[in-house]
Amino acid sequence: MIPQLQQIVVDKKWLEEDEMIDCIAISQALPGIIAINAATYIGMKVRGFRGALSATLGVILPSFVIIIAVVTLLDSIGENTYIQGAFIGIKAAVCGLILVTVVRMGKKILRSVFAWILAILSFIAIVGFGINAIWAILAGAIAGIVYNIVKLSGGQDCALHDAPEADKEVDE
Amino acid sequence: MILVYLFTMFFRIGLFGFGGGLAMLPLIFQSVQSFGIMTAEEFSNLVALSQVTPGPMAVNAATYVGFNYAGLPGAMVATLGVCLPAFILMMIVYHFVKKFNDSRIVQGVLGGIRPVTVALIGAAVIFVSETVLAAGPLISKKLLETGFDYFNLIPICIFAVTVILVGKFKMKPIRVMILMGIAGALLCS
Repeated sequence: MIPQLQQIVVDKKWLEEDEMIDCIAISQALPGIIAINAATYIGMKVRGFRGALSATLGVILPSFVIIIAVVTLLDSIGENTYIQGAFIGIKAAVCGLILVTVVRMGKKILRSVFAWILAILSFIAIVGFGINAIWAILAGAIAGIVYNIVKLSGGQDCALHDAPEADKEVDE
Repeated sequence: MILVYLFTMFFRIGLFGFGGGLAMLPLIFQSVQSFGIMTAEEFSNLVALSQVTPGPMAVNAATYVGFNYAGLPGAMVATLGVCLPAFILMMIVYHFVKKFNDSRIVQGVLGGIRPVTVALIGAAVIFVSETVLAAGPLISKKLLETGFDYFNLIPICIFAVTVILVGKFKMKPIRVMILMGIAGALLCS
């Protein structure tokens, strides 16, 4: 979705290239739906508040309409065994797809002991102990700030120092 | 009352959902489970549907859950709830984007949240596979009792083929989804 967006926006001269890079960075950094963050930013830039509102609506509407259409359709034909079989096939494929995504992301993001510890602890907390994902996200945010401070003031072994910190937060 | 529930539930999902649609899945799963408005089976249907339809996953999810639970008003309220945090936050941050992106605290927060998103997506794999690849939770007593019958053979093959096609041969995900949908219709019906 992002490369597509980038091309349209730069082609239409709504944003400069480096402004667009800023826009994507901030869209990914803020919580919430990335496409909506980006739409709000671009809309705001081009036409102010009304621009932001219409760009956001534009991103939402297709999904909204399509899902309602599909759900309504499935209500009438969903009992069909072929449809149910197709659903099983797609669901199994989705598992594979998400697995590939997580491996790719892991290779990019998990490049330090700190990152690995955080990822493993949150995974265990969520899957093993059924802890709400929101706590894992908050713990990650706090651990990240602490890690940054320790890294600035301390030496190389900081990753080991704030591991217990992350642990404590996740287990809460 | 239901509409208020739906709104607050999805507002919370929108507020804490970092790192894109897949990382939001565990959040959505846990919320709908704790509110008791959706079974694990229905949740995996939703995930499948979101993957074969265009648009942001969280909007698809909100529309689906809201519509199934409270019709058109439900869909509207849930979608509004999930989109509002992103919209409001961006409105606020818009005026100091450069400062925000360069801020040490923001960089620290992101450094901590990114590894967690990997874990979230990992959790999503488990949540979805428990409804398709196996007859329930992957770690359970029933597994020891029933042995290999606990796993669904054909879905596991489809899963493995998908991993190879997308991971190794870099095939486009949407093509693989359609292909596997057809395979499922023929083999699992």
